[in-house]
Amino acid sequence: MDSADHGLAATRRRVLLQGTAIVALIGFGDLLPSGQALAAANDTYPEDAFRQKSDADAVKSLYGRTAEPSDKIDLDAPEIAENGAVVPISVSAALDDVTSISILVQGNPNALAASYKIPAGTMPSVANRLKMQQTSNVIAIVEAGGKLYSATKEVKVTVGGCGG
Amino acid sequence: MASSIRVRAISGGESTEVQALIQHPMDSGFVKDAKGEIIPPHFIQQLTFEYDGRNVFIADWGPAVSKDPYVKFRFKGGKKGDDLKISWVDNKGETDTTTTKIQ
Repeated sequence: MDSADHGLAATRRRVLLQGTAIVALIGFGDLLPSGQALAAANDTYPEDAFRQKSDADAVKSLYGRTAEPSDKIDLDAPEIAENGAVVPISVSAALDDVTSISILVQGNPNALAASYKIPAGTMPSVANRLKMQQTSNVIAIVEAGGKLYSATKEVKVTVGGCGG
Repeated sequence: MASSIRVRAISGGESTEVQALIQHPMDSGFVKDAKGEIIPPHFIQQLTFEYDGRNVFIADWGPAVSKDPYVKFRFKGGKKGDDLKISWVDNKGETDTTTTKIQ
Protein backbone atom coordinates (compact mmCIF):
# COMPACT_ATOMS: atom_id res chain seq x y z
CA MET A 1 0.00 0.00 0.00
CA ASP A 2 2.64 2.41 1.13
CA SER A 3 5.06 1.39 -1.60
CA ALA A 4 2.30 1.65 -4.21
CA ASP A 5 1.74 5.21 -3.07
CA HIS A 6 5.44 5.90 -3.38
CA GLY A 7 5.49 4.36 -6.84
CA LEU A 8 2.65 6.59 -7.89
CA ALA A 9 4.35 9.64 -6.42
CA ALA A 10 7.57 8.72 -8.21
CA THR A 11 5.74 8.36 -11.52
CA ARG A 12 4.08 11.70 -11.00
CA ARG A 13 7.43 13.27 -10.18
CA ARG A 14 8.95 11.73 -13.30
CA VAL A 15 6.13 13.05 -15.44
CA LEU A 16 6.63 16.46 -13.85
CA LEU A 17 10.36 16.26 -14.48
CA GLN A 18 9.74 15.33 -18.07
CA GLY A 19 7.37 18.26 -18.43
CA THR A 20 9.97 20.61 -16.99
CA ALA A 21 12.63 19.20 -19.29
CA ILE A 22 10.44 19.66 -22.35
CA VAL A 23 9.60 23.24 -21.38
CA ALA A 24 13.30 23.92 -20.80
CA LEU A 25 14.18 22.39 -24.16
CA ILE A 26 11.64 24.44 -26.04
CA GLY A 27 13.25 27.39 -24.31
CA PHE A 28 16.62 26.42 -25.74
CA GLY A 29 15.12 25.75 -29.15
CA ASP A 30 16.24 22.15 -28.89
CA LEU A 31 14.43 18.83 -29.14
CA LEU A 32 14.94 15.53 -27.38
CA PRO A 33 13.16 12.19 -27.46
CA SER A 34 11.26 11.88 -24.20
CA GLY A 35 13.06 8.63 -23.33
CA GLN A 36 16.15 10.60 -22.47
CA ALA A 37 14.41 12.73 -19.90
CA LEU A 38 13.31 9.44 -18.34
CA ALA A 39 16.86 8.08 -18.40
CA ALA A 40 18.09 11.21 -16.64
CA ALA A 41 15.50 10.77 -13.92
CA ASN A 42 16.57 7.19 -13.28
CA ASP A 43 19.06 7.29 -10.40
CA THR A 44 19.61 3.65 -9.43
CA TYR A 45 23.19 2.63 -8.67
CA PRO A 46 24.53 0.30 -11.43
CA GLU A 47 25.87 -2.35 -9.04
CA ASP A 48 26.25 -5.04 -11.71
CA ALA A 49 28.29 -2.82 -14.05
CA PHE A 50 30.77 -2.00 -11.28
CA ARG A 51 31.24 -5.74 -10.59
CA GLN A 52 32.29 -6.58 -14.17
CA LYS A 53 35.99 -7.21 -14.73
CA SER A 54 36.42 -6.17 -18.37
CA ASP A 55 35.57 -2.79 -19.85
CA ALA A 56 33.44 -4.46 -22.58
CA ASP A 57 31.28 -6.30 -20.03
CA ALA A 58 30.91 -3.17 -17.88
CA VAL A 59 29.76 -1.11 -20.87
CA LYS A 60 27.34 -3.86 -21.91
CA SER A 61 25.90 -4.03 -18.39
CA LEU A 62 25.60 -0.27 -18.14
CA TYR A 63 24.24 0.59 -21.58
CA GLY A 64 23.28 -2.72 -23.23
CA ARG A 65 25.30 -1.99 -26.36
CA THR A 66 28.79 -1.21 -27.65
CA ALA A 67 30.31 2.21 -28.32
CA GLU A 68 31.86 3.56 -31.50
CA PRO A 69 35.02 5.70 -31.36
CA SER A 70 34.40 9.44 -31.71
CA ASP A 71 36.75 12.40 -32.14
CA LYS A 72 34.12 14.64 -30.54
CA ILE A 73 35.13 13.42 -27.09
CA ASP A 74 37.96 15.18 -25.32
CA LEU A 75 39.56 12.76 -22.85
CA ASP A 76 42.16 14.60 -20.81
CA ALA A 77 44.51 12.39 -18.82
CA PRO A 78 48.26 12.59 -18.12
CA GLU A 79 50.70 10.72 -20.42
CA ILE A 80 52.51 9.52 -17.32
CA ALA A 81 50.96 9.29 -13.87
CA GLU A 82 53.63 9.22 -11.18
CA ASN A 83 51.09 8.29 -8.54
CA GLY A 84 48.48 5.77 -9.63
CA ALA A 85 46.41 6.50 -6.51
CA VAL A 86 45.47 9.95 -7.81
CA VAL A 87 45.19 10.32 -11.58
CA PRO A 88 43.35 13.47 -12.70
CA ILE A 89 41.04 12.63 -15.60
CA SER A 90 38.49 14.85 -17.29
CA VAL A 91 36.06 14.17 -20.11
CA SER A 92 34.05 16.59 -22.20
CA ALA A 93 32.03 16.00 -25.34
CA ALA A 94 31.16 18.25 -28.28
CA LEU A 95 27.96 16.25 -28.79
CA ASP A 96 24.29 17.17 -28.42
CA ASP A 97 21.87 15.57 -25.96
CA VAL A 98 24.50 13.94 -23.75
CA THR A 99 22.80 11.90 -21.01
CA SER A 100 25.71 10.02 -19.46
CA ILE A 101 29.51 9.98 -19.22
CA SER A 102 31.41 6.97 -17.88
CA ILE A 103 35.11 6.42 -17.29
CA LEU A 104 36.73 2.99 -17.36
CA VAL A 105 40.28 1.89 -16.56
CA GLN A 106 41.16 -1.24 -18.53
CA GLY A 107 43.94 -2.38 -16.21
CA ASN A 108 41.99 -2.18 -12.94
CA PRO A 109 40.48 -5.28 -11.27
CA ASN A 110 37.03 -3.90 -12.16
CA ALA A 111 37.15 -1.68 -15.22
CA LEU A 112 34.32 0.76 -14.47
CA ALA A 113 35.56 3.59 -12.26
CA ALA A 114 32.84 6.21 -12.42
CA SER A 115 29.60 6.84 -14.26
CA TYR A 116 27.92 10.25 -14.36
CA LYS A 117 24.33 11.00 -15.25
CA ILE A 118 23.98 14.25 -17.14
CA PRO A 119 20.41 15.60 -16.87
CA ALA A 120 19.14 18.06 -19.49
CA GLY A 121 20.67 21.48 -18.78
CA THR A 122 23.93 20.11 -17.39
CA MET A 123 27.07 20.51 -19.53
CA PRO A 124 28.62 17.32 -20.99
CA SER A 125 31.85 17.78 -19.06
CA VAL A 126 33.25 16.26 -15.89
CA ALA A 127 36.57 16.23 -14.04
CA ASN A 128 37.55 13.75 -11.34
CA ARG A 129 40.48 11.79 -9.87
CA LEU A 130 40.80 8.03 -10.25
CA LYS A 131 43.03 5.18 -9.07
CA MET A 132 45.03 3.15 -11.60
CA GLN A 133 46.67 -0.13 -10.67
CA GLN A 134 48.99 -0.23 -13.68
CA THR A 135 49.75 1.27 -17.07
CA SER A 136 46.66 0.82 -19.22
CA ASN A 137 44.05 2.40 -21.42
CA VAL A 138 41.55 4.81 -19.97
CA ILE A 139 38.24 4.76 -21.83
CA ALA A 140 35.61 7.49 -21.82
CA ILE A 141 32.11 6.49 -22.85
CA VAL A 142 29.59 9.17 -23.77
CA GLU A 143 25.91 8.47 -24.30
CA ALA A 144 24.38 11.09 -26.57
CA GLY A 145 21.10 11.11 -28.47
CA GLY A 146 20.59 7.43 -27.61
CA LYS A 147 23.95 6.45 -29.17
CA LEU A 148 27.19 5.42 -27.51
CA TYR A 149 30.59 6.96 -28.29
CA SER A 150 34.05 6.29 -26.90
CA ALA A 151 37.54 7.77 -26.65
CA THR A 152 40.64 5.96 -25.44
CA LYS A 153 43.97 7.13 -24.08
CA GLU A 154 46.88 5.21 -22.60
CA VAL A 155 48.21 6.38 -19.25
CA LYS A 156 51.59 5.11 -18.05
CA VAL A 157 51.61 4.50 -14.31
CA THR A 158 54.91 4.64 -12.43
CA VAL A 159 53.57 3.61 -9.00
CA GLY A 160 50.29 1.66 -8.94
CA GLY A 161 47.37 2.87 -6.85
CA CYS A 162 45.45 -0.29 -6.08
CA GLY A 163 47.86 -2.91 -4.75
CA GLY A 164 49.39 -3.01 -1.27
CA MET B 1 30.14 17.31 13.43
CA ALA B 2 31.92 18.98 10.61
CA SER B 3 30.59 18.07 7.19
CA SER B 4 32.59 15.65 5.05
CA ILE B 5 31.59 17.72 2.02
CA ARG B 6 33.37 20.83 0.88
CA VAL B 7 31.70 22.42 -2.11
CA ARG B 8 32.02 25.60 -4.08
CA ALA B 9 29.38 26.63 -6.60
CA ILE B 10 30.04 29.78 -8.58
CA SER B 11 27.47 31.33 -10.88
CA GLY B 12 28.92 32.76 -14.06
CA GLY B 13 25.63 34.28 -15.19
CA GLU B 14 24.41 31.67 -17.69
CA SER B 15 25.78 28.66 -15.87
CA THR B 16 27.09 27.53 -12.50
CA GLU B 17 30.39 25.73 -11.97
CA VAL B 18 30.44 23.27 -9.10
CA GLN B 19 33.51 21.78 -7.46
CA ALA B 20 33.18 19.31 -4.60
CA LEU B 21 35.74 17.67 -2.37
CA ILE B 22 34.62 14.95 0.02
CA GLN B 23 36.49 13.39 2.91
CA HIS B 24 36.17 9.64 2.50
CA PRO B 25 38.70 6.76 2.62
CA MET B 26 37.40 5.19 -0.66
CA ASP B 27 38.94 1.85 0.37
CA SER B 28 38.96 -0.43 -2.66
CA GLY B 29 39.07 -3.78 -0.87
CA PHE B 30 42.31 -4.65 -2.74
CA VAL B 31 44.76 -3.01 -0.33
CA LYS B 32 46.34 -4.70 2.70
CA ASP B 33 47.11 -2.95 5.97
CA ALA B 34 50.47 -3.07 7.84
CA LYS B 35 49.60 -6.52 9.27
CA GLY B 36 48.94 -7.91 5.79
CA GLU B 37 45.20 -8.03 6.26
CA ILE B 38 42.84 -6.84 3.54
CA ILE B 39 41.18 -3.52 4.31
CA PRO B 40 37.50 -4.15 3.47
CA PRO B 41 35.92 -2.05 0.73
CA HIS B 42 34.43 1.23 1.91
CA PHE B 43 33.57 3.71 -0.80
CA ILE B 44 30.95 6.25 -1.83
CA GLN B 45 28.51 4.76 -4.34
CA GLN B 46 26.35 7.70 -5.24
CA LEU B 47 26.73 11.44 -4.99
CA THR B 48 23.89 13.74 -6.03
CA PHE B 49 23.60 17.47 -6.55
CA GLU B 50 20.13 18.97 -6.32
CA TYR B 51 19.14 22.45 -7.42
CA ASP B 52 15.63 23.90 -7.49
CA GLY B 53 14.00 20.55 -6.69
CA ARG B 54 15.75 18.50 -9.38
CA ASN B 55 18.99 16.60 -9.73
CA VAL B 56 21.52 18.49 -11.83
CA PHE B 57 24.26 15.85 -11.54
CA ILE B 58 24.50 12.26 -10.31
CA ALA B 59 27.82 10.51 -9.80
CA ASP B 60 27.88 6.71 -9.52
CA TRP B 61 31.23 5.69 -8.13
CA GLY B 62 33.12 2.45 -7.71
CA PRO B 63 36.15 1.84 -5.48
CA ALA B 64 38.53 3.13 -8.18
CA VAL B 65 37.69 6.74 -7.37
CA SER B 66 40.60 8.27 -5.43
CA LYS B 67 40.57 8.81 -1.67
CA ASP B 68 38.97 12.12 -0.68
CA PRO B 69 37.19 12.33 -4.04
CA TYR B 70 36.98 15.46 -6.15
CA VAL B 71 34.53 16.22 -8.90
CA LYS B 72 33.79 19.22 -11.10
CA PHE B 73 30.86 19.90 -13.42
CA ARG B 74 28.75 22.78 -14.73
CA PHE B 75 25.02 23.27 -15.22
CA LYS B 76 22.92 25.89 -17.00
CA GLY B 77 21.20 28.38 -14.74
CA GLY B 78 21.73 28.65 -10.99
CA LYS B 79 21.33 32.02 -9.33
CA LYS B 80 23.61 33.64 -6.75
CA GLY B 81 22.27 33.02 -3.25
CA ASP B 82 20.24 29.96 -4.27
CA ASP B 83 20.70 26.64 -2.48
CA LEU B 84 22.55 23.65 -3.92
CA LYS B 85 22.08 20.42 -1.97
CA ILE B 86 24.76 17.74 -2.03
CA SER B 87 24.33 14.20 -0.66
CA TRP B 88 26.31 10.99 -0.75
CA VAL B 89 25.71 7.40 0.30
CA ASP B 90 28.44 4.75 0.59
CA ASN B 91 28.48 0.93 0.38
CA LYS B 92 28.02 0.67 4.17
CA GLY B 93 24.89 2.80 4.03
CA GLU B 94 26.56 5.80 5.65
CA THR B 95 25.43 9.16 4.28
CA ASP B 96 26.13 12.85 4.53
CA THR B 97 24.30 15.89 3.19
CA THR B 98 25.08 19.56 3.02
CA THR B 99 23.54 22.62 1.45
CA THR B 100 25.59 25.44 0.05
CA LYS B 101 24.71 28.84 -1.37
CA ILE B 102 25.66 29.52 -4.96
CA GLN B 103 28.21 32.35 -5.03
